[in-house]
Amino acid sequence: MLPAEPQRGRFERALRSGRPVVTCEIGSPDGADPADIRKRAKLVRDYVDAVNVPDNTGGVVHASPLAACAILVQEGIDPVLHMTCRDRNRMALQSDMLGAALLGIRNILCLTGDHMIHGDQPETKPVYDVDSVILLEIVNHLTHQGKYLSGREIDPPPDLFPGCAAEPFAPPYEYRPLRLQKKVEAGAQFVQTQIVFNVDRFREYMGRVHDLGVDKRVPILAGVAPIRSVKAATFMRDEVPGMEVPDRLVRRMAQAGDDKKKREAEGIAICVEIIEEIRKIPGVAGFHIMPINWESAVAKISREAHLQPAIASPKAPPDVAKAVAPATFVAPTSAMSLALQPKS
Amino acid sequence: METSEHVPEMLEPIGKVLRRHPKVNRQLNRALAPFENSAKVLMFSCNMCGQCLLHENGYTCLMNCPKQLRNGPCGGVRMNGHCEVKADMECVWLKAERRSRRFPGRYLFLRIHAPLDWRRKGSSAILNAIAGWPGNGKE
Repeated sequence: MLPAEPQRGRFERALRSGRPVVTCEIGSPDGADPADIRKRAKLVRDYVDAVNVPDNTGGVVHASPLAACAILVQEGIDPVLHMTCRDRNRMALQSDMLGAALLGIRNILCLTGDHMIHGDQPETKPVYDVDSVILLEIVNHLTHQGKYLSGREIDPPPDLFPGCAAEPFAPPYEYRPLRLQKKVEAGAQFVQTQIVFNVDRFREYMGRVHDLGVDKRVPILAGVAPIRSVKAATFMRDEVPGMEVPDRLVRRMAQAGDDKKKREAEGIAICVEIIEEIRKIPGVAGFHIMPINWESAVAKISREAHLQPAIASPKAPPDVAKAVAPATFVAPTSAMSLALQPKS
Repeated sequence: METSEHVPEMLEPIGKVLRRHPKVNRQLNRALAPFENSAKVLMFSCNMCGQCLLHENGYTCLMNCPKQLRNGPCGGVRMNGHCEVKADMECVWLKAERRSRRFPGRYLFLRIHAPLDWRRKGSSAILNAIAGWPGNGKE
């Protein structure tokens, strides 16, 4: 699938290990205090192989994910930087890719980007100079050819690890697997899917993906998310295009009532059930948890669904320097990894 | 730069002339572009990108997509097949998929299209195809 090379980040090593990989997403802060992102990172760091930071999701401005990812690197976490085409043209994108490499960020999730029409500043000019497929090609061009798009040399070239998103839940359904194939052809090396609520649709999609052989070429991480309230469930069902929340789940959340503890427990229970069902689907290489500003849920979900990072979490700082050094494989004999070993 | 593969071979000599004499290309463009573009705007609500893909996608202009996607639909297509940005417009990719069934050469779904060359915006796509454009013909 992927050629064996040393000197890789924790996330890539985890994907190569063949064990189920867990990633999660944390929100970029809305404040100038780096303590906020560090706090969020601490909540999830021991349960995942990599942490995604989205790029102004839904067209709502937050702190730059590049800066947030740089802080995650300091914390000894391997971050996945979301890069969208909404706000930057191809020049800015190339410049940011190289900037990410300078900051020690390797993993780049190439996205087209949510349109700003749903955000809080819909009057903004959309850029969309390139799209996610071309963005993947640009990452590969920089990494493997060692050149900008103009042909000018980059010395030394960045060592980036591009990934893409997959959307099984929006029409045209029959084309979605082909689009994923196109992205893999363009150079995607890992895939994180949209949040799966409708497992039947996802199973069908993965069947097609399996027929195309795409799941053998790249690891596919299924997106999962805990629902926090019936309001959140209805919002996702009605307002977010490309997200399919079955009425059954909305009813379950409504039945859980208004009590915060009860509804949150129900949301996590639903998420764990979905994870159990997805586990039976062939071709899924792991899970991508999107807690949507509810980072503490990651620990609960990972405990209840027995998820564990494929590679033990490196120790928290002050051991940062050691943890970041990519050449050393973190020995699975540390106390942390023993605690996370499967019971069987 | 080469003539686009969709252009009949007999037009190749014209392509050569256009490539060799940029001035001729410019002046022909100035004469032809307004006619070509106004016809395409009327018939296909063309956006005059100058790098036409109409022949590959059932004569649906993909540049009507609010994200101007040339490599497949985004994840924001609504359940009814409409666009997430313009709720009353059908996703151009769904429309293209449906309409292209009637025509040969449905490459649009499998081929990776090069990003737009914005210098060509507003110019004659037919002349560009004969002369070859950098994105399509690979310089």
